[in-house]
Amino acid sequence: MKTLAIYLMSGPDTPELAEAAVEGGADLVELGFPFSDPLADGPVIRRAAERALGQGMRTKACLECLAATRARVDVPLVPMTYSSLLEAYGWDRFAHDARAAGAASLIVADLPAGERPELRRVQLVAPTSTDERLRLAGELTDGWLYLVTLTGTTGARTGLSAALAGLAERARAAAPGVPLYAGFGISTPADARAAADLADGVVVGSAALEAAEGGPGALRDYVRSLRTALDD
Amino acid sequence: MTETYGGYGGRYVPETLIPALDELTAAWEAALADEGFRAELDELARTYAGRPTPLTRAERFAPAKRLYLKREDLLHTGAHKLNNALGQAVLARRLGKRRIVAETGAGQHGVATATVCARFGLECVVYMGAEDMRRQRPNVERMGLLGAEVLPVEFGTKTLKEATSEAIRDWITNVETTHYLIGSCVGPAPYPAIVRELQAVIGRESRAQVLEVEGRLPDAVLACVGGGSNAIGMFAGFLDDAGVELVGVEAAGAASLGTGRTGVLHGSRSSVLADEDGQIADAHSISAGLDYPGVGPEHAHLRDSGRARYVGATDDEALDALRRLTRTEGIIPALEPAHALARVDDLDAELVLVCLSGRGDKDLAEVLARG
Repeated sequence: MKTLAIYLMSGPDTPELAEAAVEGGADLVELGFPFSDPLADGPVIRRAAERALGQGMRTKACLECLAATRARVDVPLVPMTYSSLLEAYGWDRFAHDARAAGAASLIVADLPAGERPELRRVQLVAPTSTDERLRLAGELTDGWLYLVTLTGTTGARTGLSAALAGLAERARAAAPGVPLYAGFGISTPADARAAADLADGVVVGSAALEAAEGGPGALRDYVRSLRTALDD
Repeated sequence: MTETYGGYGGRYVPETLIPALDELTAAWEAALADEGFRAELDELARTYAGRPTPLTRAERFAPAKRLYLKREDLLHTGAHKLNNALGQAVLARRLGKRRIVAETGAGQHGVATATVCARFGLECVVYMGAEDMRRQRPNVERMGLLGAEVLPVEFGTKTLKEATSEAIRDWITNVETTHYLIGSCVGPAPYPAIVRELQAVIGRESRAQVLEVEGRLPDAVLACVGGGSNAIGMFAGFLDDAGVELVGVEAAGAASLGTGRTGVLHGSRSSVLADEDGQIADAHSISAGLDYPGVGPEHAHLRDSGRARYVGATDDEALDALRRLTRTEGIIPALEPAHALARVDDLDAELVLVCLSGRGDKDLAEVLARG
């Protein structure tokens, strides 16, 4: 059974959307806490962040959104954000309050392994990561490793990155026993299936945000198409 | 641990870039230890860039003082930016990178980067905010003529902040073939240290030149601060001279040090214009080169330690200083160093050194439009 993680941006509709994603077969939901200058993100998530900030989704509102989502679904919820929000809120306080609101862990897109090692979080590794860094990330990570499938920013691509196979193989060797979930660039059921053949799960972000534009029903149908492909 | 500036600095970037930053750090340390690298840079500085730049006494601008201008405006391409671009281009060649990506605000760093890429036969891509392209048209045209591809950034504030984010995103995507030639002493480690060292030639030359004409060190040294590269290069020459007052002058609407708070922007922890949630705020300045909500981490440290102090100048004060220097000395400064010139009269100091970081040709349209 492969894990399906779906990324949603925090907003007024997020609890309802998360519920739809879980109905469609999501095993984990990442909740974007928007940042004004998201270096790791392509146009879809960047625009979603701008819109969320325009709706007043600042850190406190995002934590409330997390708690409201927690009340509606029982899968793990993982906030994904950037260092500037933690710096402003207080690093420890952010981690504490996120857990209190129901977060299972935390992803900080611009905080590589080795910076602030005391902050427990899901570590990201990339095709450019050396074996030594894969080992470090595997030791420090909180539950699973996020395999960034390509050298680039978030956003749908045509076809699965050729770099994933090598990365997954090296990560397996460097971090034995740690579940590997692949994300960045995965949008179609076929890509999800191909990525899941190499890893233990997949993360779908930009394409899920685009599906969510059509409302909870459209998101549920889209997530179900991914689930079906993974379970085949 | 890469936060070398009293807790400021660091490498707050996606994992994808970390191996490239490690590689850059190693190449930089090897270059510093290599006399051949030093010799090549010195030769380029002398025969290509036009170093040393002169020191000019500005008697009519500041009759009550002994004011000297460090003439980085006379450097090839018209600003101090070339010091850094030349050094990093030589470094990129040592790394085997054939493609250069850069951001630019006023266009001076973009022009310097396009220039060194032409000189060394490197592919050059420059990201520039659409608003900056409008107000710095001549520099856009120069970059095109030099063979660079200038890509407009059409979102957010359409200025240097977004251009920098897009340049970093390009680097993340093309990191295996590309060197990111950052234009100021900002960004993830080791960039602030590299840019500081490459600009420190300003301070070294100035110190020796002032000693030669005056027989003593200046009472005060002023430089404008956006990202802060000309200032850190100038200050570097005087940091150990406790009697020399160091003053950075920010644009009043972009005072990352004066009115900012600790935050994380473009890969380092520093003082930034941000709200209480850590969302980056918009900067506002007539000067595209100062129109940036962040600043180099070493400046944040110098502010906290008290070794340097940072003040502001408004758009109107900078315009007035630009016109005054033009009419009294026959030197048209860029709007950026005009901010530093605007604060000269406020100082008690008698012997004053100002870094005239660039020339004002690029700003003529903006200045004339303001009457």
